[in-house]
Amino acid sequence: MTVKTPVYMDYSATTPCDPRVVEKMLPYFSQEFGNAASRNHVFGWKAESAVDEAREQVAALINAHPKEIIWTSGSTEANNLAIKGAAEMYRSKGQHMISCVTEHKAVLDPLHHLESEGFEVTWMEVDRQGHIDLEALGKAITDKTTLISFMAGNNETGTLHAIKEIGRIAKDRGVLFHCDATQAAGRIPLDVMDQGIDLMSLSAHKFYGPKGVGCLYVRRKSPRVRLVPILDGGGHERGMRSGTLNVTGLVGMGEAARIAREDFDLETSKLAGLRDKLERDILAALPDSVVNGDPENRLPHLSNISFPYVEGESLIMGLSDIAVSSGSACTSASLEPSYVLRALGLGDELAHSSIRFSLGRFNTAEEIEFVTEQVTKEVTRLREMSPLWEMAQEGIDLSKVNWTTH
Amino acid sequence: MAYSDKVIDHYQNPRNVGSLDKNDKNVGTGVVGAPECGDVMKLQIQVDDDGKITDAKFKTYGCGSAIASSSLATEWLKGAMVDDALEIKNTQIVEELSLPPVKIHCSVLAEDAIRAAIQDYKAKSGTATKTEAGA
Ligand SMILES: Cc1ncc(COP(=O)(O)O)c(C=O)c1O
Repeated sequence: MTVKTPVYMDYSATTPCDPRVVEKMLPYFSQEFGNAASRNHVFGWKAESAVDEAREQVAALINAHPKEIIWTSGSTEANNLAIKGAAEMYRSKGQHMISCVTEHKAVLDPLHHLESEGFEVTWMEVDRQGHIDLEALGKAITDKTTLISFMAGNNETGTLHAIKEIGRIAKDRGVLFHCDATQAAGRIPLDVMDQGIDLMSLSAHKFYGPKGVGCLYVRRKSPRVRLVPILDGGGHERGMRSGTLNVTGLVGMGEAARIAREDFDLETSKLAGLRDKLERDILAALPDSVVNGDPENRLPHLSNISFPYVEGESLIMGLSDIAVSSGSACTSASLEPSYVLRALGLGDELAHSSIRFSLGRFNTAEEIEFVTEQVTKEVTRLREMSPLWEMAQEGIDLSKVNWTTH
Repeated sequence: MAYSDKVIDHYQNPRNVGSLDKNDKNVGTGVVGAPECGDVMKLQIQVDDDGKITDAKFKTYGCGSAIASSSLATEWLKGAMVDDALEIKNTQIVEELSLPPVKIHCSVLAEDAIRAAIQDYKAKSGTATKTEAGA
């Protein structure tokens, strides 16, 4: 096998910077080092024009106007700014928001924070594939609702929310729609006009840009969205986010957005092809495996598979030549399985047994074969060591066993 | 999470994986934990007439530390007297495998499994002796 190990298959956690991105960034460390807010000399002008170019490139990726891009340190900050900033700005209209139980913590926790301050949040449940009930969403909106927040593609299962339909509901009912598109950028088409999105979070490090830079798209027209800033200071970014811009990082994010847009068709079809092969081959070798989420409407690069009778963390330990994520976090006395998989109705046992494979630009067909082989070998070894597998082979119904919980 | 060398060794080369005949009166079986908690251990001992553990086997569903804890337990059980085996403490397992605080529950589970297996053996052999006497 000519595969270089470890094989990285955790592109939903982060991606390496594309070499073209690094190349473009390099001059901005020590040659073009100016402050984009310096108005009086060429150092500042050059920095500003580099940031402007990046703004155009990122705006083009989501069909926005460059002036609608507010730079942030990433999606966590963008989500916080969207949710808390809108909550504060539109407080007099109402203190009700709607979101979903399978959102990323960077959406859940800002909303929990608002709840602790007296806001009301309606938490939509999801079905087995991870979808919300759009009719129920319509019913949940009241005249006190200011914002609804739903991610484009889920970071654990890849399931895509019907964002265009959600955008239409938001528009009809006069509420703002925030969309965390962190996982979706460069992987599915994003168009804030067509999809009716008012606020959108993006993070460069999920699409081959550097870590620590991102943005919030803030709609300027119909409606003009206003936000109370979280960071006060020099009034950068139309007053919504003060702080000297990370010019180098933003140049990188711009270049990453340009590549994502230009290579979109080629890249997404290649990814989906590799992902489908991985899934097909693993399921053929281990027929008990279960694919989680929506098999149709999902991100092209991600596959979340449960391997019954085998615990996820031990599986990952056995897969030391492969970098993937597990739905099981065996790091506390009460082992917490993924809340996303639980929300889909997976039993804790299946959630504990799940692995997220997320592919990316630099994976090859040989790596897919290598991963399939390793996974098959290790799952088989661990099953032979598993009392649950033994019981299942003996025909014992595991759901009827009287377990001793601890 | 970084694992200690001993945990990795037990995980990669687990000792005494397998099953003994659970219907044998000289075999004690302990099954502890629950799938929804992320770990289940099955530990079995075979005991001779002198009360000496002649064989021990395990199967574990759980993280690497859980597998290592049960594998280590079988090593310690083999050749031990049943009553001495009751003295094995989870803290000894923690020490031997250098388990971090978040993995201490794995050693607790292994101790529970040892006790459950011994209890099962005692209950069975007790009953068995009576039946034999009665027959
Ligand atoms: C869906 C989603 N939202 C938000 C974040 C946080 O992004 P960042 O690392 O840019 O703060 C992530 C990254 O893990 C994510 O997957």
